[in-house]
Amino acid sequence: MSMLEEVPVANPAAESSVVVRSKKPVSRFRLVLSRLRSTPRFWVGIVGLGAIILWAIFGLVPNAWNATDLDIYNMGSPPTALHWFGTSDIGEDIYAQTITGLRKSLVIGLLVGPLAALVAGIVGAVAGYLGGWWDRAIVWFIDLLLVLPSLFLFILLSPIFKSLSWVALIFLLAGFGWMIMARVIRAQTLSLRERDFIKAARFMGVDTWTIIRRHVLPNVSSLLIIDATLGVGGAILSETTLSFFGFGIQAPDVSLGTLLAAGQGAAATRPWLFVFPAAILVFTVLSASLVGDALRDAVDPTSGVNRG
Amino acid sequence: MAERTPFPGTAGHLLEVRDLSVTFPQPGGAVTAVRGVNYHVDKGEFLGIVGESGSGKSVSSLAVMGLLPSSAQVSGDILFEGRSLLGRSDRELSRLRGEGISIIFQDPLSALTPVYTIGAQIAEALQLHDRKLSGQAAKARAVELLKVVGIPNPERRAQAFPHEFSGGMRQRAMIAIAIANNPRLIIADEPTTALDVTIQAQILEVLQKAKDLTGAAVVLITHDLGVVAGNADRIAVMYAGRIVETGTVDQVFHRPSMPYTIGLLRSMPNLATAGHTRLVPLEGRPPQLANLAPGCPFAPRCPAAIDACRTTEPPLAAVSGNPLNASACLRVGEIASGTLKRDGLYPVPEAVAPAVRAAVTPERVLGVDGLVRHFPLTRGSVFKQVIGTVRAVDGVSFDLRSGQTLGLVGESGCGKSTTIMEILELAKPQAGRITVNGRDVATMGGRERRALRSDIQVVFQDPMASLDPRLPIQDIVAEPLTVHGVPARERLKRVREVLDLVGLEPSMASRYPHEFSGGQRQRIGIARALVTDPKIMVLDEPVSALDVSIQAGVINLLEDLQEKLGLSYLFVAHDLAVVRQIADTVAVMYLGRIVESGASEDLFEHPQHPYTRALLSAVPVPDPALERSRRRIILEGDLPSPTADISGCNFRTRCPLYQVMDPPAQETCRTLDPPRRQVEGSSVACHHAERIDLMS
Repeated sequence: MSMLEEVPVANPAAESSVVVRSKKPVSRFRLVLSRLRSTPRFWVGIVGLGAIILWAIFGLVPNAWNATDLDIYNMGSPPTALHWFGTSDIGEDIYAQTITGLRKSLVIGLLVGPLAALVAGIVGAVAGYLGGWWDRAIVWFIDLLLVLPSLFLFILLSPIFKSLSWVALIFLLAGFGWMIMARVIRAQTLSLRERDFIKAARFMGVDTWTIIRRHVLPNVSSLLIIDATLGVGGAILSETTLSFFGFGIQAPDVSLGTLLAAGQGAAATRPWLFVFPAAILVFTVLSASLVGDALRDAVDPTSGVNRG
Repeated sequence: MAERTPFPGTAGHLLEVRDLSVTFPQPGGAVTAVRGVNYHVDKGEFLGIVGESGSGKSVSSLAVMGLLPSSAQVSGDILFEGRSLLGRSDRELSRLRGEGISIIFQDPLSALTPVYTIGAQIAEALQLHDRKLSGQAAKARAVELLKVVGIPNPERRAQAFPHEFSGGMRQRAMIAIAIANNPRLIIADEPTTALDVTIQAQILEVLQKAKDLTGAAVVLITHDLGVVAGNADRIAVMYAGRIVETGTVDQVFHRPSMPYTIGLLRSMPNLATAGHTRLVPLEGRPPQLANLAPGCPFAPRCPAAIDACRTTEPPLAAVSGNPLNASACLRVGEIASGTLKRDGLYPVPEAVAPAVRAAVTPERVLGVDGLVRHFPLTRGSVFKQVIGTVRAVDGVSFDLRSGQTLGLVGESGCGKSTTIMEILELAKPQAGRITVNGRDVATMGGRERRALRSDIQVVFQDPMASLDPRLPIQDIVAEPLTVHGVPARERLKRVREVLDLVGLEPSMASRYPHEFSGGQRQRIGIARALVTDPKIMVLDEPVSALDVSIQAGVINLLEDLQEKLGLSYLFVAHDLAVVRQIADTVAVMYLGRIVESGASEDLFEHPQHPYTRALLSAVPVPDPALERSRRRIILEGDLPSPTADISGCNFRTRCPLYQVMDPPAQETCRTLDPPRRQVEGSSVACHHAERIDLMS
């Protein structure tokens, strides 16, 4: 161990070139932003994600078909100039369907991931920081949710959710996606609580909620950001599973999940039914991950590239 | 002829290191941790290698053992008994390790395997090198070795696992393993750094004993100049991957000729002389080895640097023709001949001018009276069962007066940290009374308590852990102000004021903590404590995590601030020299009690309690002449567990005075808990303080 200490870390002066030097102190947000701008991964991810979102919004404009239109003259057609991504057995335009599905999946993914991470962060930090009976009660509740099979609960609750709109699905997915991360955050908070800077804040008289907000949550933020990013992909996959069993997105609505479910049987024979939605899904999740990765390095000055 | 040079080609040296360089390839460019080191060790010699962290002292010794990671590029040559160690296979080196060269690591807990008994681990070391040795014989020899290194009850202790041993005992066990095969060379890498002073004194004595028994040469690597002063024959001082000065202990300590050594020696608080003058800080920080500028690596910090120093790196040149006393400085001739005065090399910092000193009215700002903190020891997770009590703090009383410093000293586990945590909580203690500014904290309401927090602030030991790594330092320093609802504009103004006060550039406010060096981080911690204009500062080991050359600057800063702002310090430390430097009054803690307290001068000059006397005698002094003439009082055994119920005086189990007392006096110690009473200016908790001179 002692040898590792002898090896000097990279020169901090070299790192600080990223830091904006000015007479006026710079806010934390601006510092994070300036760090973000200097990472190529962030640019690849944000451009990819931006392109996907723009495409989801405006992609239908140049297309001649809507998702609900049926072209009875071109049923089961491969990609042509008329149908860019081909058509399904009953003549639906796959390009239009993919875009409509992408919209729904993006909304669900982008909301469920961060929502679950937020719940996990708050519940975990509160349990870990307050300790005592609060901690025991919260952990007990988390364990209870973990041992109940969530698919079983989805199926039980599905009559209620079917009558509500697909928006309810967001809360359902977020409500069952935070427990494991909350336990991780709780364990992190338990060790953070004994760190000197938290003690210092306590001895200064900083109140509990401010300590959690200012010191605990930012110090677990890299975990939360990874969780939120992975949650985007995870949520889309959960939605796929539910839709496949008929408990998720219902008939008139389309999502990438229902498209994949419908197209997976034809993946070998008519690949356009499956490959296009799948490729879009992979591209979306990859872009979101790159953004999350870059964001983690920017928020946490001691992680990854910054460490040198 | 063959007798006089047993190892041809090395002039009879047991170990010779020639032009050793070690480079670690890293993504950001290769780091050369050791840059051309030459030294030798003769049979039975004791060589001390001294350097700050990052100076390459550990890496060079790991290279000798062949324990560097495979990615490290090693060049130069290492000769042991005339044969090169580099390029040998791991199997060959393994045979040599333990039997020819053995090593003692800094952290004995991670160096011992937790799943085997101590006895089995010693026996393993023995049988590895002597296959004919039977298991029975190896066990018997293991017990014998444990006895040699002074472990009481060795037969039983050989069956114990490492976690059942205390830190000092583990280090003894490590020494037992190291000497098991009668090695010719023992390398001790910071063997006492993790230990308390009284235990350190024990371990150094065991090391000397082991050296005498086996006749082995010892290479002791340390950052503590005091440790080598009394033990080593010769010293090599390392800086930035090179040896910058070498010589006998007397030469290096009394006539140092490299400005770095001179500065290091002057910046250390010395237990024998501390407290009379300001320390002389060694400004700046050690260079980064990744991108070393040409010229002498010490030149940027050197007060005697000339233009030539910045272009050429001086070689290790002999001082006044003696090849064993060499120094890597261009101006070595001038320093050795005295034209460049050693004393005048570093400017002594000015004390604070009387005009800017704060006027303080002597009043009691913090009072602690019979403070008690017991922790129940429980077993079981669902149904908790109390199986004992840890008496962390057991009736502690002291006063802190305005503008003064109270030093609270003691070994780890004596309850000094728990004491200050209890004070900082500002809550009603389990028993006893804490008063701040004359108000009892137990009777305060929430609002009053919060207002009081701006008067009492804390600086922690580890400057990295006490600063939130996610916040820029302006937010960190301003945090105490946010509690008291100070508007943002005012906060920023105040932050810049205090950063300036602690000697940091206010324009650095938007940087993050990891961009600062250790000493700067501790200054940030001090700035945060100062930002609310407190009256009392609780300093929890504020310099013990810093390198020696940096400590002096922080101690001076604390002294300056105290005089300028009229602060009162509660200074907790285990380093007695630092305490003597800064404290006006001192309280010595042992097992949750204060055993002696009094004015700093009285207590250090005439300690009245046997524990204080032993503690003071255990502290190594960086002066070889003084160190050799001093008599050490070695305390036996370890600090008893705080759960133990000791009747009467709780120090009697280790007390050297108790042992020389007549039976009726011993009876008093066994049955009566000594109250504190006044003996010659100090308040002492000992029945027989008047007869303390019997100890020597």
